[in-house]
Amino acid sequence: MKNDWSKYIIVLFITMALFAVAAGLSNFFSNKKVENMRTIQDKLATDILSSETQYTLLSELSCEQDVENENLSSELNDLANKINDSESNLKGNSDVTELKRYYSVLEIKDYLLTKKINQKCKGTLIPLLYFYTTANNCTECVKQGYVLTELREKYPGLRVYSFDYSLDLSALKALIKIYKISDTKLPAVVINEHTYTGFKTVEEIEKIEPAIIKLLPKPTISDIKTTSKTIKK
Amino acid sequence: MMILFYSLSFLAVYVQVFLLVTFFEHRKEIFIRGEDITLENYPTVTIIVPCYNEEKTVSLTIDSLLSLNYPTEKLRIIVVDDGSRDNTWEVLKKYISNERITLLKKKNGGKHTALNLGLEHTTSEFVGCLDSDSSVHPEALKRIMTFFKDSKTMAVAPSIVVRDPKNLIQYAQRAEYDMAHYTKKMLAFLQGIHVTPGPFSIFRKKVFDEIGNYRKSHHTEDQEIALRMHKNGLKIDHCPDAYVYTSSPNTVPKLYKQRVRWIYGFIKNATDYRDLFFKPEYGTIGFFTLPSGFISIAGTVVLLVFALSRLYHFIFNKILQVKAVGFPSVFGTNFSFDPFFINTRTFLFISIILYILVIAALLNGRRMIYGRKMLSWDIPVFILVYSVIAPFWLVKACWNVLTSHEASWTLERDYLLGKTKSP
Repeated sequence: MKNDWSKYIIVLFITMALFAVAAGLSNFFSNKKVENMRTIQDKLATDILSSETQYTLLSELSCEQDVENENLSSELNDLANKINDSESNLKGNSDVTELKRYYSVLEIKDYLLTKKINQKCKGTLIPLLYFYTTANNCTECVKQGYVLTELREKYPGLRVYSFDYSLDLSALKALIKIYKISDTKLPAVVINEHTYTGFKTVEEIEKIEPAIIKLLPKPTISDIKTTSKTIKK
Repeated sequence: MMILFYSLSFLAVYVQVFLLVTFFEHRKEIFIRGEDITLENYPTVTIIVPCYNEEKTVSLTIDSLLSLNYPTEKLRIIVVDDGSRDNTWEVLKKYISNERITLLKKKNGGKHTALNLGLEHTTSEFVGCLDSDSSVHPEALKRIMTFFKDSKTMAVAPSIVVRDPKNLIQYAQRAEYDMAHYTKKMLAFLQGIHVTPGPFSIFRKKVFDEIGNYRKSHHTEDQEIALRMHKNGLKIDHCPDAYVYTSSPNTVPKLYKQRVRWIYGFIKNATDYRDLFFKPEYGTIGFFTLPSGFISIAGTVVLLVFALSRLYHFIFNKILQVKAVGFPSVFGTNFSFDPFFINTRTFLFISIILYILVIAALLNGRRMIYGRKMLSWDIPVFILVYSVIAPFWLVKACWNVLTSHEASWTLERDYLLGKTKSP
């Protein structure tokens, strides 16, 4: 039987059209994700600016006013997770790299503000800087990431600021210089102005900074009731 | 890796779209005949039943042939016992007095030798084969014979249906056979059928006189004869309403053994007939059927490697997590769902398109068999079971090709019947 060449060509065009639809859908949802991250980032920027303004307004008067934004931690974490996910799933998307740079600047701004509040008003937040790299296969960095996530969940007052060492950002480079972070000694964490290199377990970090144990959430009434029931049994 | 994945996905989508376009072109030519058919003349037909250790099913096979709605004087049955080691011969003896049946017994030599012995005793105008684990619909032969009105048609393949599925593995195979039904009919429209299945394909006897009898052909003689026919420019058609009911493997290891043999046979036969590839004079078989077979094999193997690498990555990360924070924290109850984290890369949408095309093929196949499109649990079971197991038999078949490890039909039969531990 003779081949129907026109059919082969028509099918080729249909297949190409289907692939174009798949690529279009992927692009549409990727843009939605970037939009979502941008919205969170804009909210974060506003929140940080608001905290800074509040601090400036009140710091000269007293420290009794609460200028710590507790929700900021979870927003920072949420955005960090989304940026991490997008880095692997939206490879080559310049918007994601740009978002990551902006996010890092926001982190530095918030870090400086938290430090100021702590110095002046004995704030209850403990800042922790974490430097990792995505440039080479750093399994220790992955492990350190899990440890910090665990600590963050355990101690809501611990504010972790994660920085990709290889990110091209002048503010980040300044931070790296201040804390003498070397790319050969990653992961690195900075607690209380001290730099610790290499993987650190949950227990090791708790030992380095015993103050974080005080950050354990206060038990709720239902927790107390459950505990007393257990004791009675 | 991703470039390979996208290239193969493109070809896989192309194959399915090609079949779908063919379906829309020819949908009015697809029919199921409910009414009794009367032929202008009834040519003589011989059906050869090769059997090896089939004491349990051979009676069902022969009785179904005796029940065919076809003039008794025009239909002859030759049963060849290929050196069975069980009571097959004793079972066959009860047909010794039936004038329509010829019983032959020979030393075990493989299915092709049994078929060739039957062919030597065939004097009819048409000849067919029926595996001794299959049975036929009473109207199947007459329906097939209508296709021989076209004097160019040299062989007609039937529609194979899984008989009495009882477990998930067999339900999955039923869906697979439904899809194969659709694929085969579309290939028939394109004159690109690459196999005349052992269960009840009917040939003009002169096919064997002209191009020779069956060959061992890597234990897939039904594929080889079809390719040899294409090589000689002989037309093969497909009869969608000639139903043949076949017993299917009921466990994963049995299915695995059968499929390794089939895929191995396909690769070896296609390699033997590589002259057919991309030659305009051979049409669809060389430009579409055989290449698409290799695309599906390569695609599934790449998909397996891809899935295993993802699994490795997942397990590796979980181990790192356990090492970092301990077992309870990793497998704790903290679970939250955010649609943001659903993967929306292009390959997800391509996979969805491919699955939609496969399900459309399945539904079209079911409509061609049962007369209407029916959603059924067979479909998700098929996708689930075959997605997990099929890559392994494909890889094993490829490995056997590379190491020239040939499967044995005889030993496989023993294994299927539980008479040996491994083929």
